[in-house]
Amino acid sequence: MPPIVDPKKCNGCAGREESFCEEACPGDLMYVGPDGKSHCHAARDCWDCMSCVKMCPRNAIETRMPYQLGYHKARLTPIMGKNAITWKCTDIHGKTVTYKYRNRLDVKD
Amino acid sequence: MPRMAQNPQSLDAVETVRVDCDVLIIGGGNAGCFSAVEAAKIDPTLSVVIMEKAHIMRSGACAAGMDAINTYIPEGKTPEDLVRWCRSQVGGGPIREDLALSNARELNESVDDLERWGLPILRDEDGKIRYRGAWDISIHGEQLKPIMAEKAIEAGAKVYNRVACTQLLMDGPRCIGALGFGVRDGRFYVFRAGAVINATGGAAGLYKSYTADATDSHHQIWMCPYCVGTGYAVGIRQGAEMTSMEQRWVATRTKDFCGPVDTISVGYKAPIINAKGERIMQSRYAHLGADKAPRYIRANAPMEEWLAGRGPTYCDTRGMDPELANRMMTDYLNERPSFVLFLASRGQDPVEEPIEIYGSDPYIVGGHTQSGFWVDLERMTTVPGLFAAGETAGGNPNKFVGGCAAEGKLALRGAAAYIKGLELPEPDPAQVAAEKERVFAPLLRGEDFDGLRALEMEERLQRLMDEYAGGTSQFYRTNEERLDYALKHIAMLRDQTRYLKAADLHDLMAVHEVVDRIDVAEVLCHHLRFRKETRWQGWQTRSDYPETDPAYDCHVESRRDPATGEIETFTRPYEQLVPGDRYKP
Repeated sequence: MPPIVDPKKCNGCAGREESFCEEACPGDLMYVGPDGKSHCHAARDCWDCMSCVKMCPRNAIETRMPYQLGYHKARLTPIMGKNAITWKCTDIHGKTVTYKYRNRLDVKD
Repeated sequence: MPRMAQNPQSLDAVETVRVDCDVLIIGGGNAGCFSAVEAAKIDPTLSVVIMEKAHIMRSGACAAGMDAINTYIPEGKTPEDLVRWCRSQVGGGPIREDLALSNARELNESVDDLERWGLPILRDEDGKIRYRGAWDISIHGEQLKPIMAEKAIEAGAKVYNRVACTQLLMDGPRCIGALGFGVRDGRFYVFRAGAVINATGGAAGLYKSYTADATDSHHQIWMCPYCVGTGYAVGIRQGAEMTSMEQRWVATRTKDFCGPVDTISVGYKAPIINAKGERIMQSRYAHLGADKAPRYIRANAPMEEWLAGRGPTYCDTRGMDPELANRMMTDYLNERPSFVLFLASRGQDPVEEPIEIYGSDPYIVGGHTQSGFWVDLERMTTVPGLFAAGETAGGNPNKFVGGCAAEGKLALRGAAAYIKGLELPEPDPAQVAAEKERVFAPLLRGEDFDGLRALEMEERLQRLMDEYAGGTSQFYRTNEERLDYALKHIAMLRDQTRYLKAADLHDLMAVHEVVDRIDVAEVLCHHLRFRKETRWQGWQTRSDYPETDPAYDCHVESRRDPATGEIETFTRPYEQLVPGDRYKP
């Protein structure tokens, strides 16, 4: 359940010490290759936590179900806002549902 | 730490980094972050270091997020009530009621901390916290991990990201730090500390997951697959006493995607049904409390249906109010977003079609069941200087997020008291050199070395444990002969670790993970073998001893002799501190 990186959108977070997806992956699976793009060491080792997908500032990463477990093709994409997240989910029949909720409270210091 | 370093040409080329601190926290997760925050609160002069295998912002079991805090004491209830519930959930125990009580007294304040830090806890129109069951509350916890991590950093903890722990640093019988290596920078790290809090995750991947069979996905499991039992393993190797390792965590999970089910069954009251539409809990487990039956009964029930030929099994979400269904999907997006993707990839609307469920692979997770280190009330293990909190501390089940947070605070207080006036010796150079050699050897065997990949050994272990030590394919059953078989082959695997070979630093981490898993699996098999009864079906099922035996109404303990590697097993008595019927909440 590889995170699929779109090389047209990915720039390896050029200028950052570590790309956002590298930072996000709890399994140390993402790395920026000599081509300057993010890759996954071992697609089979991915947990599908979607942390990399959420962190990518260019929306260049997609999580896809392996075909042995889910049919072609569904999509789930997050848009991170300030203290809120919006998810767009399209199922294999083309039906799209959007979910939006707060993921942080405003903290008064 | 941007890119992975090149492989070293020789051991001498590996740089050694020495770090001194008052308190070293291994694992910047739920418990570890709370330890760090507590340190700043009680003594801002304490120097605290966190050794973190991934990056603290999104590491470990909380990486994907969370949709509930499973324990928060409601108005009108007491810590004692929580302990009674906790005890009944594990079939009357035996549990460590001293630990459970001290945790319960610290619990609500820890959860309140999370809300003060910005975690959205769902409340009704009157501002009252929304309970989804008797004790658990709903949250929008997509940001849970970064929220905790930010606070640990704000508290002044120095975080070493991408440093994997491989061994404890010892001064005779006492723990004075930990050793490890940078999975990106390729350095060898020596952390010397007054006290060490072992706050890693539990152990996943000891058993094969059925979703790994003939799929592209090896890690489609419920527990974080990067929590591999290193916390337990480093303690086991130094002779720490382990408790209740046989009480594995097995849970009912969504089928073909090992996602949470409490969200549906507890949060949205969707009944569990079998192929014939029969409500299993009501029809077959009414005498054990039906929907409120102990957790292992509920976990095991769907698998018993499959075994009896009455599968598939489902959580019946049909006819659910669409508004509620939308809320349920939002919960999933907070905890396991890819489950929503999975349903979409099946073209499934839960309002029309029920959600299929099945048993998970077994895990050793002391924040859920009670396997882990035997600790005293200060959370010190039997190794002086080594404390445990969260998944690693045993005897105290049903901690979950709030309880792990609470225990992180308790362990820090214990550690801070322990280091008062303590003199620290210099690390023993021979010990450090030997570990450095052990750690990097798989990377230095040379291209021509005809060896093994970590993955091969990991899969061999997982198949072995699945078939012989009571995995999913065996409906969690095992017996004396199978455990002997497993132990024989675990010994062979350990012997063959000398053939393990790593291609790069990431791979080197995988090598040490499989070494750690072997050590944990061995102890687990000894515990399963010792308990000659069946006390918690599913979690611990002996087909040769299918009944509960009062002789085993005690804690099963073990200790590995650091010199010989021999594992001794023994018992400790159960002490009931909270009065009441042990089997009732």
